[in-house]
Amino acid sequence: MEALILTIIATSIPLLLAATGELIAEKSGILNLGVEGMMLSGAVGALGAVLWLENPYYGIIAGALSGLLMASIFSVFTINFMTNQVATGLGLTIFATGLTGLAGAPLVGKTIPSLPKIEFFLLSDIPLIGSILFKQDFVAYLSIAIIIFISFFLKYSKSGIILRAVGDDHQSAHSVGYPVKKIRWYATCFGGMCAGIGGAYIPLVLTPHWSEGMTAGRGWIALALVVFASWIPWRIIVGALIFGGITIAQLVGQARGWPIPSQLLSMMPYIATIIALTMISGRLSKNNSVVPSSLGKPFFGGQ
Amino acid sequence: MITFIPRDKVSKNWIIIAPILSIVFTIFFGLLIFTFLGYNPLETLYQIFVSPFSRIDRISDILVKACPLIIIGTGLMLCFKSNVWNIGAEGQFIMGALLAGFIALSFPNIETKFFLLITILAGFVGGALWAFIPAILKTKLNVNEILVSLMLVYVAMLFIDFIVRGPLRDPMSFGFPLSKPYPEGALINKIPFPGIGFLGQLHYGILFVFLLVPFSWIFVNKTLSGFKINVLGSAPQAAKFAGFKQNSITITVLLLSGGLAGVAGVIEVSANIGQLQPEVSFGYGFTAIIVAFLGRLSPIGILFAGIIIATVKLGADNAQMTMGIPKVVTGLFEGILLFFLLTGETLQKYKIKWSEGKK
Repeated sequence: MEALILTIIATSIPLLLAATGELIAEKSGILNLGVEGMMLSGAVGALGAVLWLENPYYGIIAGALSGLLMASIFSVFTINFMTNQVATGLGLTIFATGLTGLAGAPLVGKTIPSLPKIEFFLLSDIPLIGSILFKQDFVAYLSIAIIIFISFFLKYSKSGIILRAVGDDHQSAHSVGYPVKKIRWYATCFGGMCAGIGGAYIPLVLTPHWSEGMTAGRGWIALALVVFASWIPWRIIVGALIFGGITIAQLVGQARGWPIPSQLLSMMPYIATIIALTMISGRLSKNNSVVPSSLGKPFFGGQ
Repeated sequence: MITFIPRDKVSKNWIIIAPILSIVFTIFFGLLIFTFLGYNPLETLYQIFVSPFSRIDRISDILVKACPLIIIGTGLMLCFKSNVWNIGAEGQFIMGALLAGFIALSFPNIETKFFLLITILAGFVGGALWAFIPAILKTKLNVNEILVSLMLVYVAMLFIDFIVRGPLRDPMSFGFPLSKPYPEGALINKIPFPGIGFLGQLHYGILFVFLLVPFSWIFVNKTLSGFKINVLGSAPQAAKFAGFKQNSITITVLLLSGGLAGVAGVIEVSANIGQLQPEVSFGYGFTAIIVAFLGRLSPIGILFAGIIIATVKLGADNAQMTMGIPKVVTGLFEGILLFFLLTGETLQKYKIKWSEGKK
């Protein structure tokens, strides 16, 4: 039971991080469909860095930087050259799939040490709760810290309110004097770093070696999670845990030999995503105020 | 500081120049990345862009590879023109091939080639049904079609894997995940040329492309439906004002693009594989997205774009065999190409003005 919960948490962390980053980008009005690509880059960056520097913590930094690099490419084109965000995001994922395939080829077959668990004196020894709350790795704590920070940032900080204003009505935000493009750059880059760390977590904790396209659609599920959470940060935690749970449930089902073909079990996370989106979207279309109004629209004015 | 100034009218020259410039820039940046990662740039350039033209049968293989790309790309063109983002063509391709395969395997002794009309129709229905899911969810419940169509790709991949390893597996396949071979009536033959014989793998499926391109050109440019699609994409407000039913257009373009992807699936399997196997597509559905954009969302453009991208795909196969470069590297070129093409679209509408200093 304990092991099961721990695996569910570990599975949901990449989704959690990537979705949180994307949430910030979308709040600023940028729809970045390149999450899958940024996660892949984070994964390959982390693997390379850990193999080279032999310390898993460098993997986190390398993952963040790889994601940042990808997000910068996306920003140059969508924000400065005002390209279509949907198509550019797709392009980013396609580009990153190719780039990581190339960069990852020399890494095939090599295994890296996994990220150590951080223990707190005595607290970690409490049965069940101890190992769930006080015996996680650095990234797990980081992701929760980011969610808490983001919740307060968006609600109470001045910068957070400006960010939301830019996403809701970039024309007005611009006329009041806020640098729309600069703010969107920052938000997208933050999103890229989160996705990169999320991607890095996959080799650092889940499967310690490279395989092409190893994110297996997590980036896309993260995008769906943002909608599922109706752009409210803490709901991403709930969503990510549900998807982590479904992913693990089907793996357990396969291992225990449930009388359902394994492929049909493997479909569950993807089908669940569609069902979740359907349930939420019906409600969202009645209450449109939660969706950032300028989401996906390029900003032409100014500078 | 760079400033963008709107042009009075869309620059005609850019429509031709932009794709060509994009390709040049893409090659340049691609080679830069190759050099950076320690590959010989000139040899890579040769393998990817020149080696596919080195023998006549290789040139015909370009056409064979371009065939599904052009068919799928034409369908996607309709979607993208009307701002509907179907990115699940890969799944629709698989489901089309699967439904047609199921029909083909249900008639193991059929020999007449007229049967192909039925399997191709089945492929269209299979692909269209798979695209109907995002279509109905989008129009009835406002569910994002991008995510739904993409999720269905994963579902389709797993589904065909299940079918080929389970219900449709050939008991005589020695444990390999393969269906029985298709009956003669469901196979698309290679084209024999008098005096030469076969040209590589060139098959009759290519005829479908020759039919599709003019038909889609007429559909887009000369029919009312085509006009509605154009207006909906370029001036949504005007479309609303004119009373065009957005939902019915969305459903139509999704069904057509899904159907065409399904047909591409049938042709690919019937001509090149001859039976069902877990992997039937190899990413055609995703590559076709690039083809649609490189072809500037026009039927003739897509014909050329399909051939160009097919060349790069074949070149990448060669590069993998001779230099050990992973095949997925084509994605790198495709991604960069898309970035520059989209930038070209901006430059078509805006002039760049350089100015000194800040603001």
